Amino acid sequence: MKAALAFLHKQAPGFLFEPNTGLIAAVLALLALVPLYAAVAGDPFALTLFTRIVIMALAAVSLNLIMGYGGMVSFGHAAYLGIGGYAVGILWKEGLGSGFLQWPVAIGASALFALVVGALSLRTRGVYFIMITLAFAQMVYYVAQGLDRYGGDDGLTIGNRSTFHGLVNLNDNTLFYYLCLVLLLASVYLVSRLVNSRFGLAIQGARSNERRMRAVGFPTFRYKLVSFVIAGALCGLAGALLANQTNFISPALMFWTRSGDLMVMVILGGLGSLFGPVIGTVTYLLLEEALSRVTEYSGLIIGPALLLVAIYLRGGIEGVFRKAAP
Amino acid sequence: MRAGVGGSTSDILPQQTDEQFLRPIPYPSPPRALRAGGGKSSAVMLYFIEQSLNGVQLGMLLFLLAAGLTLIFGIMDLVNLAHGSLYMLGAYFAATFAAATGSFVLGAALALIATAVSGMALEVIAIRPLYGRPHLDHVLGTFGLILFFNELVRLVWGPAGMTLSLPSEMLTAVQIIPGVYYPLYRLVIILVTLAVAALLYILVMHTRLGMLIRAGASNREMVGALGVNIKLLYTLVFGLGAALAAFAGVMQAPILAVQIGMGENILILALVVIVIGGIGSIRGAFVAALIVGLIDTLGRAFLPPLLHAVLSTTAALTLAPALSSMSIYMLMAAILVVRPEGLFPAASR
Repeated sequence: MKAALAFLHKQAPGFLFEPNTGLIAAVLALLALVPLYAAVAGDPFALTLFTRIVIMALAAVSLNLIMGYGGMVSFGHAAYLGIGGYAVGILWKEGLGSGFLQWPVAIGASALFALVVGALSLRTRGVYFIMITLAFAQMVYYVAQGLDRYGGDDGLTIGNRSTFHGLVNLNDNTLFYYLCLVLLLASVYLVSRLVNSRFGLAIQGARSNERRMRAVGFPTFRYKLVSFVIAGALCGLAGALLANQTNFISPALMFWTRSGDLMVMVILGGLGSLFGPVIGTVTYLLLEEALSRVTEYSGLIIGPALLLVAIYLRGGIEGVFRKAAP
Repeated sequence: MRAGVGGSTSDILPQQTDEQFLRPIPYPSPPRALRAGGGKSSAVMLYFIEQSLNGVQLGMLLFLLAAGLTLIFGIMDLVNLAHGSLYMLGAYFAATFAAATGSFVLGAALALIATAVSGMALEVIAIRPLYGRPHLDHVLGTFGLILFFNELVRLVWGPAGMTLSLPSEMLTAVQIIPGVYYPLYRLVIILVTLAVAALLYILVMHTRLGMLIRAGASNREMVGALGVNIKLLYTLVFGLGAALAAFAGVMQAPILAVQIGMGENILILALVVIVIGGIGSIRGAFVAALIVGLIDTLGRAFLPPLLHAVLSTTAALTLAPALSSMSIYMLMAAILVVRPEGLFPAASR
């Protein structure tokens, strides 16, 4: 039995046979049934809330690739969210509403920015890396503030969602939700394939001992840079989705506390686990929403909760379930 | 009404109040010097002097914050994002105590004590378990503390913010060189902060406590083995950092508004300072604070007219604010690319 499981573990995509399949299945079932609940209970806000959760989870998954597996603590990940969003907003403003153009531009622009940031930042280590990624995010934030044509500080309201020439209609909220969910699962699958490949093992090796990896002959800088670019591109896609969902972009998307939120989601769920970021995002945003309904001062509870997680929950929520599993 | 950080994830949609907190710090730049003086070039020169003084003043305030941050990082190896919250707390305490006692100086002194005590209590309750843990845990835990303090301040003092008014004798301007008048209060900030920097230097380099602090930074196990109460030392250092942050908050409060989220922007600037200076180096923090203060202020004052001279008006209008806000981040990125450990790496501390 054990041998059979081990065999399956090797063959199947990793996430199907993680030790805490139950937790993952529950979260996925919850996410899949949201539109049904929203329709039955007549609660369209649930759909809006969960669309945002799914999109933010996509961003968290991308951050987890570099932070969890690659050990690159990027404190400026919200910048890619913003670049993706602004790509959609700016193109719309210039009369180009097609998603076939907007989305590739969003992904490409984020990837390009990640390439530049990564090439410069990956020379530094530790806290310096955290800070230099933050600095680049702040630069984009101020650029967006200076874009008077696109709303400047006040942001830009986007008139309509990306059009896909009859292929999919994003104005259908349920359809849009499922599209986001599919993209989220696809990105989790992509990350699972990446981290279990030779490439993924190389960046994980570089996380634990970079000097040794280089001595064995891996050009770790290039490996890390490529994963940094992939993460940026994925997060840019999340930004494009977010702009479509809210029909609004503003520099606030990229403020440093937003990057902090993304880090919180990843660490809360479980750093370096495939579904950890999804679990973390669902928990964090649902908790925030629930608390804000009960009390006006939700931060008084969330803040200390994060501190307790930092002190006591090594490995995040996912890690707790993993330990509980046999 | 939501605090800048408090509700950030649940409202991607814009809210008036959110925007207000997210705006970069305004730098008041009275163009008095431009009107004074005789010829055009001398007017520009006087404006330059005034703006440089403003830059030095901002740098001094940044140094107060950065010194605490870098001490805490150098000695406890702790990334403390909640440092900006102590800055905010100091400003709120000062506004409250000054209103209660009717004296600015007394209010400021009480605020320093109150914040130092709060900081030490915070260290004992919340920070201690984080020592020796990965930096990521520090980021998560202290990020939580920011949320907590923003909401706590909103609960205690309300969402509206406060003002701290100066004593009337501070509201004048003095003539520093013929033709240049400079607000007295800003001069006081510069001088008082320089005095604090000197005191800090003496404390760290020439007292027994400072010796322990330096020893703790280079080898904490050995210091502990020699019978020094490391826990107490850490608490004292954290309290010192909190007092320095509060001092910055108190000094800045009359110039800017006392409001929730005021710590977030300045925290990032202070982080930039310690990264440029080399984390753990107080000397580096001082030099970097001056550089950052000057570049930021002079950039805001002179980049727009310079760009106007080179580019068309619309292009300059778009580019200038963004470029001047970005200047210090570009500086930091450039310095880190060339010197990945900052200007004064901690080894040469």
